[in-house]
Amino acid sequence: MRELNQAQAARYREYRAFVNELVTPRADQMDAEQRTPEDILEALANCGYLGGCIPAEYGGSASDALSYGLLCHELGRGSASLLSLLTVHGMVSASILKWGSDEQRATYLPRLARGELIGAFAVSEPEVGSDAQLVGLRAVEHGNAFLLSGRKKWISYAELAGLFLVLARTEAGPTAFLVERNRPGLSCTPIRGMFGFRAAMLGELKFDACRVQSSSMLGRPGLGFSYVGSSALDLGRFCIAWGAVGLAQECLDLSLSYSSRRKQGGSELANHQLIQRLVADMMTDVRAARALCLRAAELREERDPDSILETSIAKYFSSKIATRVANDAVQIHGANGVGPEFATQRHFRDARILEIIEGSNEIQQTVIAKAGYQSLHFREEST
Amino acid sequence: MSTSSESVQDIKTRTKDFLFRFVRKRNLADSDDFFASGMVNSLLAMQLVLFVEKEFGIKVQSEDLDLKNFRTVEAISGFVEKKRALG
Repeated sequence: MRELNQAQAARYREYRAFVNELVTPRADQMDAEQRTPEDILEALANCGYLGGCIPAEYGGSASDALSYGLLCHELGRGSASLLSLLTVHGMVSASILKWGSDEQRATYLPRLARGELIGAFAVSEPEVGSDAQLVGLRAVEHGNAFLLSGRKKWISYAELAGLFLVLARTEAGPTAFLVERNRPGLSCTPIRGMFGFRAAMLGELKFDACRVQSSSMLGRPGLGFSYVGSSALDLGRFCIAWGAVGLAQECLDLSLSYSSRRKQGGSELANHQLIQRLVADMMTDVRAARALCLRAAELREERDPDSILETSIAKYFSSKIATRVANDAVQIHGANGVGPEFATQRHFRDARILEIIEGSNEIQQTVIAKAGYQSLHFREEST
Repeated sequence: MSTSSESVQDIKTRTKDFLFRFVRKRNLADSDDFFASGMVNSLLAMQLVLFVEKEFGIKVQSEDLDLKNFRTVEAISGFVEKKRALG
């Protein structure tokens, strides 16, 4: 990528090597076994990648927004499940960094940075998805503690996480809590058989009068969604956007390689104009999505308020084209594309999940469209 | 550190310039509650945090998370003044 400075280019090479060596060769097996091996988690931790949102003073390796995007790109290229690990772990880490008390930061950030503790983001419920403000899990104040009751579902890496960022409803409204896995009254049931993200060790959490200290609250009561959840999801969308570009790039590369080898009608697929049409659209989509992600990274680095909308646009477009590109990759690979020996079918299944998580694409569309109308009104009234 | 009356006005002007991109009300008064009026979308809460942090060089932290600090131009200006005074 031409946009990278020397340090970013060096990191990008390192991330690529990591994924090529440790992730891609095992991603299909992880998908089939529906689990993430411990040694891969250890490798992510040892390389400092789990501390990518945490500054050095807490033992992390945070650098710049673009470098973090590149890491997401590469993990998305290798395994969307691992991308989701980095995403939710980063969302929890960044939320504690931004909204946590001094004690919460000191207690959790060094362990999250070292990967001793995995963070998971527990917002979705069996009956509450996109409209997280309607969260149903109750948190009832009880002395200097809260009793949490209810369920959370489809929580990525719930099976492994030692710390959950939980959105619950208090009398004041949606409120965020940090809940350690070993709290009495909290149990986790693994979820198997999902269409994609099959190695992401999803789980359903049950809170049965689970008692947490008031000091476990993250941020202020009633503002758990508008600030804590929103800023976490903003980071989540940034990760997913970059990861989607990585997934699409991998599908493009697989298609270029396969169509150069595979012969049909006496000639390589690459010589067939209808294949060339697919490849041209894939290349264009990937470049366009990457340009949006680069724009989002630039604005995030500047802490610009517009970064939120640009990240939403990048997530919407990148995940949409990831599905399109993966779909075309399956088509180019023919029967091989849907078989267990080729990764294209895994990428297609994972790409569909990218369109749903961290705010469904329909939510992104409504947010983007509203911003478009606001922009029109602003321009009309400024002239 | 105290803030001069000129800079208070400057904070309000810069805040209004930012808000006019999102709020369709050109005669926005300093005391208008733009959250209560439904004039804004769901992104604005976080956009305002990023705006005051970048524009005025302050850091919004958990203890500052109170919509009262962000509901009106007057409240934002008072909040920025307070944070600057605290250094």
